[in-house]
Amino acid sequence: MQVFDLEAEGLRALNSSLHELNGSTEPGRWEIVNPKGSHAIAVGLDAPIEVTVKGSTGYYCAGMNKQATVNVHGSVGPGVAENMMSGAVIVEGDASQYAGATGRGGLLVIKGNASSRCGISMKGIDIVVHGNIGHMSAFMAQAGNLVVCGDAGDALGDSLYEARLFVRGSVKSLGADCIEKELRPEHIEILKDLLARSGADAKPEEFKRYGSARQLYNFDVDNVGAY
Amino acid sequence: MKDTQNNIPRTIPQQSATFSNPINAEIRRAAATGIYDIRGGGAKRRVPHFDDLLFLGASISRYPLEGYREKCDTSVVLGTRYAKKPIRLDIPITIAGMSFGALSGPAKEALGRGASAAGTSTTTGDGGMTSEERSHSTQLVYQYLPSRYGMNPDDLRRADAIEVVVGQGAKPGGGGMLLGQKISDRVADMRTLPKGIDQRSACRHPDWTGPDDLEIKILELREITNWQVPIFIKVGGTRPYYDTALAVKAGADVVVLDGMQGGTAATQDVFIEHVGLPTLACIRPAVQALQDLGMHREVQLIVSGGIRSGADVAKALAMGADAVSIGTAAMIAIGDNDPKWESEYQKLGTTTGAYDDWHEGMDPAGITTQDAELMKRVDPVEAGRRLSNYLKVMTLEAQTIARACGHNKLQNLEPEDLCALTMEAAAMARVPLAGTSWYPGKEGF
Ligand SMILES: Cc1cc2nc3c(=O)[nH]c(=O)nc-3n(C[C@H](O)[C@H](O)[C@H](O)COP(=O)(O)O)c2cc1C
Repeated sequence: MQVFDLEAEGLRALNSSLHELNGSTEPGRWEIVNPKGSHAIAVGLDAPIEVTVKGSTGYYCAGMNKQATVNVHGSVGPGVAENMMSGAVIVEGDASQYAGATGRGGLLVIKGNASSRCGISMKGIDIVVHGNIGHMSAFMAQAGNLVVCGDAGDALGDSLYEARLFVRGSVKSLGADCIEKELRPEHIEILKDLLARSGADAKPEEFKRYGSARQLYNFDVDNVGAY
Repeated sequence: MKDTQNNIPRTIPQQSATFSNPINAEIRRAAATGIYDIRGGGAKRRVPHFDDLLFLGASISRYPLEGYREKCDTSVVLGTRYAKKPIRLDIPITIAGMSFGALSGPAKEALGRGASAAGTSTTTGDGGMTSEERSHSTQLVYQYLPSRYGMNPDDLRRADAIEVVVGQGAKPGGGGMLLGQKISDRVADMRTLPKGIDQRSACRHPDWTGPDDLEIKILELREITNWQVPIFIKVGGTRPYYDTALAVKAGADVVVLDGMQGGTAATQDVFIEHVGLPTLACIRPAVQALQDLGMHREVQLIVSGGIRSGADVAKALAMGADAVSIGTAAMIAIGDNDPKWESEYQKLGTTTGAYDDWHEGMDPAGITTQDAELMKRVDPVEAGRRLSNYLKVMTLEAQTIARACGHNKLQNLEPEDLCALTMEAAAMARVPLAGTSWYPGKEGF
């Protein structure tokens, strides 16, 4: 296992060392110590390696990740795993705003709570939050699954496209064009898989599903009040 | 009152200047449909522009350069501040970002071919990078937009520069719009959205707000791309002094500043015509900001919005820009609004030069469409050749002016080479009203 002292060696050295592995198929294990809230830690990875960050990070940790598994033994700042393509990012603590924003694939697990705009504009990523999520989460979410074991804040799924939202607890309010939908067997299967892979202690049947009413997909003057 | 029998002079029917026929027609259209007018293009109203400026030319106090013999350098390097690989262009005219989706595949290919032949760059748009445009553009700028449609690290790394789009001159503060008619399977797939729905992309980025966040976002993009390529920030012309200063502070290599005449694929007419500053009014405040920060020429400035000729290029450069960018003019060069389609424009209820319903996807010229038949009307090789001809003509024109003003490099043109025809233009361009040594706002005249 490679141990990298971020404080001593700096961000540029970290990311360029990790990028040297891009394209390789060798699994490797890296440990990053002294992250001290730095931004852009382990961004742009593209190899099946496992990276563990020992502490909390700033903005955009594991941004645009491909293939790699990034564990954060701490909390993360805004935009963790933004635009992730594949692989997994697992946060032991809490996440700030825009967790998993625009993500296109892979799995993001937040074991604590996530803040506002979790899963904003998501495009295929799976996000599992063990705790609660803040307001305006899944705004304009296009595809993928957002699973929340706790509660959701205001305006969940506002202007939602085809992403699926599953919430176990309460939803403070739904955003424009977001409605509760029937939890069908195929959704139970999706939940079973995601809950197992993310180590969440919850049963699929406890969740409610929310999705787009698809009323705002094409402009209609009689809908202007909805915006 | 009509009184022919008694032969009393009558009042001539008088149209209102306020409630003119076009205004009234728009009121009736709005009343009938309940929706605002959506269209493509830029502001159509007349605003102070480069036409209101003239070059002085050399005489006794300055001497000119020989037109066909003395060198006049047209090259420009973009991204010298941080990027390991700045963009080197032969000419200071780039092709602006226009999305695949708004434009057809063959049209995008034509832009790539034309720009590459002329030694300049092209730019992706709100819809991601296509392999056609990557392979036909020697220098390709990849836009990073609020929608993030198709965004991925592989395309990011195969781009020659990244342009973070904060805004556009046609709609500063507005998001993108691509209506259902134009969402083909391929467009839908690239954007991860169902076919046939209206796509109104966001006006703000999903994961940063404000200049401090932007600085961190730029750090992330640089880390992902290993500090290789330049990062541009594109803003619509609204508060050019502060926006330029903040873009520099956030770490931009290049600032792209787009005035209100700048085209768009589609947005509300009210937005196009009533929000933003004329291009002419944007340049000097932006250059001032760069100078105040000691960053003029260190961070390059690209200006767009209504650039049509080598004279416009020369004027923008004389006011301090490093390069310009063209959208509408490039479309016209590859065949947009061509008179040869007049009968088809008539059928659509419009006429050559006025066709702007680009969002409907029925473009007779085959450029702003995803219709498989219509898009065949653009031959990418032939259209690319026309674009490269046009770019070369503009460059020659700009050189002609620069030599006449005594400069051996286009970027050596300066405000002192200019005068203004109107008070408005003098104030905006901060160059003297023709025949005077004064402009509004100048102290101590
Ligand atoms: C058809 C069309 C599509 C456009 N698409 C985009 C886009 O996707 N992203 C963007 O930043 N600007 C877009 N623009 C604006 C141009 O990048 C540029 O700012 C503008 O066209 C410059 O002004 P001009 O048209 O007067 O040359 C588009 C413009 C046109 C005409």
